Amino acid sequence: MADASGTKSMSIIVTKGTLDWAYPPMILSTTAAAMGLNVTLFFTFYGLTLLLKNPDLKMSPLGNPAMKMPMMGGHMGMPNILSMIPGVDAGASLMMKDMMKKKGVASFEELRTLALESDVRMIACQMTMDLFEYTQDDMIPGIEIGGAATYIEVATQSDINLFI
Amino acid sequence: MADQTLDAKGLNCPLPILKAKKAITALPPGGTLEVLATDPGAVKDFAAFSRTTGHELIEQTVEGNVYRFVLKRKA
Repeated sequence: MADASGTKSMSIIVTKGTLDWAYPPMILSTTAAAMGLNVTLFFTFYGLTLLLKNPDLKMSPLGNPAMKMPMMGGHMGMPNILSMIPGVDAGASLMMKDMMKKKGVASFEELRTLALESDVRMIACQMTMDLFEYTQDDMIPGIEIGGAATYIEVATQSDINLFI
Repeated sequence: MADQTLDAKGLNCPLPILKAKKAITALPPGGTLEVLATDPGAVKDFAAFSRTTGHELIEQTVEGNVYRFVLKRKA
């Protein structure tokens, strides 16, 4: 529902905090804001990680047969058992970040800064903060704290509501 | 000749759009922005950006692997 000025809006519930899942909400929110939409992100459960001052995002090939990295001209998946070895997940995460840099893909932190600069509203879920024992000091400045009702109110006024 | 040129070569989605939005907003209404990009996805994206924002896409060319767009800031 566009508001009185005709501005459209989008909300996204962000529930995941791994490196791969961190991208869709940031890419969509920055792009929507650039296209003139009002955007609100509601961070809950593991999504809360994305608001930490130093998120140091990681990903794991464990249980993810679709994660095939380009290697030696082909694509290679990683057997689940490799993920058990200390350092393998950290290595895979570094590899992904390195690959992104080489391909001109923005870093997560860069996108997050761009989102805040373009007035994307970010709400951290109060309940999850209590649950995981985070305080506002752990989070980047410029965010709000709220609960389910805060999100629902936003959702009733938005043209697009996504859950990631 | 566009009023300003944005070199977005080598940048991947959504950076060319985000940088273009910043640059075009800095122009006066009717001002033109030339964007150079190498992301093939930019072709569809700049068309969609133009339709949604109302900044007109007045030129679109491709030379080798470089896509060139000229946007005109809406009045």
